[in-house]
Amino acid sequence: MNLKPDKQTYWLVGGVLALLLVSSLIGWLLSLRVTSDKGKVTVQNLNARIRAWWMMVAVFGLAMATGGIGSVILFALTSFLALREFITLTPTRLGDHRTLFWVFFIILPLQYYLIAIKWYGLFAIMIPVYAFLFIPIRSATAGDCEHFLERTAKIQWALMICVYCISYVPALLSLDIPGYAGQNGKLMFYFVLVAQISDVLQYVWGKTLGCHKIAPSVSPNKTWEGFIGGIASATLIGAGLWWATPFTPWQSAGMSLAITLMGFGGGPVMSAIKRDRGVKDYGNMIEGHGGVMDRIDSLCFAAPVFFHLTRFFFT
Amino acid sequence: MMKALFAAIAKLISGANARWVGCVPDVRQRVYFANHTSNLDALVIWATLPPDMRALTRPVAARDYWVKSKLRLYIANEIFNAVLIERKKPTTHDNPLRDMLNALGDRHSLIIFPEGGRQTGSELAPFKGGLFHLAKDRPDVEFVPVLLENLNRVLPKGEILPVPLMGSLSFGVPIKLEAGEDKITFLGRAQNAVKALRKP
Repeated sequence: MNLKPDKQTYWLVGGVLALLLVSSLIGWLLSLRVTSDKGKVTVQNLNARIRAWWMMVAVFGLAMATGGIGSVILFALTSFLALREFITLTPTRLGDHRTLFWVFFIILPLQYYLIAIKWYGLFAIMIPVYAFLFIPIRSATAGDCEHFLERTAKIQWALMICVYCISYVPALLSLDIPGYAGQNGKLMFYFVLVAQISDVLQYVWGKTLGCHKIAPSVSPNKTWEGFIGGIASATLIGAGLWWATPFTPWQSAGMSLAITLMGFGGGPVMSAIKRDRGVKDYGNMIEGHGGVMDRIDSLCFAAPVFFHLTRFFFT
Repeated sequence: MMKALFAAIAKLISGANARWVGCVPDVRQRVYFANHTSNLDALVIWATLPPDMRALTRPVAARDYWVKSKLRLYIANEIFNAVLIERKKPTTHDNPLRDMLNALGDRHSLIIFPEGGRQTGSELAPFKGGLFHLAKDRPDVEFVPVLLENLNRVLPKGEILPVPLMGSLSFGVPIKLEAGEDKITFLGRAQNAVKALRKP
């Protein structure tokens, strides 16, 4: 994977940095103007989120700069942390201990190894087929039957969401798109940018205009105003970034719409799991955002769909 | 140096997240008493304490386990500064209570597991009497309940390879022996103080 940054890459990176600068400035101005206690808490959380964004952009930028392998390693680590948060929340039993060891230390690295060597035929089915069959075998031989199906399903689900789905982000680097050779780094950047900016814009629209809640029992902060405003504005931004992708402006709008809708869908699903377990966040690793899983839920749901749409229509 | 390294590794493996719900970190003399489910327990409590407290806090451990190899003995003595006690057949000569009182001295704190051994179920085993005798002899020391969760999933009894899940520790409100309180009542109260730290 040899991904040389070109002029367009610098435009993308510069744009993101400019956006962060503006956000930091707005956050600072808000912190000067806010007076109510509730407002102060919101602005503090906002500024913590912005600081965390600087860190995340720095890490992502560094990984991109190393070419393909850095991105594969970054997402492997992301998967590891997300899986750790997920399994911690999910009750498993003593009989699952060695299965979990396999999941963390063999299946996860293997998936990312397959991504690194671009073996599409195997990375696309390794977890849905082979891990799916192996996990119950390993757990059954440990001899504990209590809640067996439930435990097995939870481990398989955790692997699918935290490892399989996330691994589709660096897998974008392996797509062979005619006329776009060596430029896949921009495609990955585009995907992550659209998915994450959609989250941010949904938050911004929701905080400023939101009043009609979509599913208050699952996601108390999600409103119709945030949803429509966020999806529409993120799709517009995605369409406006067509020059960095293999897509035309209209195709890029369609792709962005698919990314933002899938990303939106990930939120309530991952929230429902948290709420069922009685917690607000998956962890506390990222200041202001919660855990790693809280930040990447939209990537999980959008990445496989974006990958396969691109693969089907453009390779 | 070695101590700081050990503490850092322990925190990384256990993903330990300490919640000080009933008291704040303090170098005053305390006995931390916790539920026991994993070999990591003492290590993790010790590692999550701030360095100045860590230097003064000594885990109480079973001698029969820690003298089995030179490496274990080195770790127990040099890293943890552990108090090794006889748990199988205490005699007047080999009295665990006396060893613990000596170890407390006038500035140290202790980490003890009053269930006596690692439990595999989800319920706490009845507490052994040593905790009561300590509280009786040292009324000036704070007895802090500690609840450990998930560490038995990181490294369960009988397993060698850890799974990197996140454990959590909760430090509760310190308890003291009330005037005229008998052994059974105090031990029951101590056990409930640990249980009460479970998140609702």
